Amino acid sequence: MRETAQRASGRNQMIEHHLDDDILSQYSAGTLTEGWSIAVASHLALCPACRSKVDMLDSLGGYFLEADDGRASDVSKSWEAVKARIDAGEVDNVVPLKVRSVPDRIYPEPLKRYIEAAGGLRWKRLGSGAAQMLIPTGDATTTVRLLKIPAGQPVPEHSHGGLELTLVLDGSFSDEVATFGRGDIEMADDNLTHQPKADLDKDCICLAVTDAPLRFKSRFMRLIQPLLGI
Amino acid sequence: MNIQIALRTGLRRDAYAKANVSLPPVGRRKVGNLEENSVNLDAERIVVLMSAISEKRDVGAFEILYRHFYPRVRSYMVRMTRGNRVLAEELAQETMMRVWNKASLFDGSKAQASTWIFTIARNQMIDSVRRGVRPTFDPNDPAFVPDEFEAADTKIEREQSAAALGQAMTTLKGNYAEVLRLSFFEGLTHSSIAEKLNIPIGTVKSRIRLACEKLRNALQDEIK
Ligand SMILES: [Zn+2]
Repeated sequence: MRETAQRASGRNQMIEHHLDDDILSQYSAGTLTEGWSIAVASHLALCPACRSKVDMLDSLGGYFLEADDGRASDVSKSWEAVKARIDAGEVDNVVPLKVRSVPDRIYPEPLKRYIEAAGGLRWKRLGSGAAQMLIPTGDATTTVRLLKIPAGQPVPEHSHGGLELTLVLDGSFSDEVATFGRGDIEMADDNLTHQPKADLDKDCICLAVTDAPLRFKSRFMRLIQPLLGI
Repeated sequence: MNIQIALRTGLRRDAYAKANVSLPPVGRRKVGNLEENSVNLDAERIVVLMSAISEKRDVGAFEILYRHFYPRVRSYMVRMTRGNRVLAEELAQETMMRVWNKASLFDGSKAQASTWIFTIARNQMIDSVRRGVRPTFDPNDPAFVPDEFEAADTKIEREQSAAALGQAMTTLKGNYAEVLRLSFFEGLTHSSIAEKLNIPIGTVKSRIRLACEKLRNALQDEIK
């Protein structure tokens, strides 16, 4: 049964590299910070298999909610207040949908709206022909960026130790043991040392989330930090 | 399977009839001097109430649902706010207002009501307590990849799997269930759980993985 399901979803998407239960459960429980969640939710947009895992985890939340009756007291008072709001005809503010400007289907939601909030795609050249775009978020604990690696070129070193999530959006990259194509997500920790390369047929675009770079106390170090790429 | 569907539909109709009985709601009874004014509903009844709320905007049905879920959501919020009762009550009330306002978006074939309400409470908590953002995918996004294996009678499966999940949870060893509860109902990060239980973070992660694996296997056995 399980094997069939796995084969089936493999045929469906060809996604071979997924998120693990550890990070999915943090996303479902609401304890994962914004930066990591952008990569998780963007993978989920492309991966029905991980979405169904999140469904199971959400229903675990429902189970715990249901299991705790909260030793009820004084529900009537709060009900009266809510009833008054309903009778007053209070409705939710509906936020109108913005017109989408990022043109193609490479960037799934929620990543797309972050790119738009940053004023659209703006690539900055790194050395070696690669380019990056930093994605601003409200999460000071992570760095979120897009990377564009020319076909056949090595993926630039952008880890600072700790966890790193890399979601492939276009093209593919490979190391000695595996190939990562659209929708695949690599979860790397600081134990992993490898130098993947973008495959030859196409430039590779990825979303990479890492722990935020070290905050230096010295103003001088803060100034040259971007130059050093740390 | 057909027999099962017929049976369940029958049950649902019966529960529907019950829900249409006008107030006073069940469960308002004197316990000593304390008026116990919350109710406990079974899953079948909740399904019926949810459809009365979303389709008919039935305030009476919502009151019954409210008396069931408000204490539970408040309890969740008390934990999430580290014991701030005033804030917790306010957030629980806001959550239930969202349930009322968004009821038409509830799809019983996609999720159980308790799961749906949990996700609303969780998002409310992230908004208000963490002042954070929870990025989510959008099924209407052109880049979104839909599931091509959408089963026809998912609503039945949903109910079965909810029952199976409850069953599977009771078979989980205490220390596995505890890690899940601390994560989902106390909102602790995995490192805080490790600290609280005085175990390595690797153990927290492996317990979560094993627990998830076990629950998934139990659910897959159920929905064959
Ligand atoms: Zn996946």
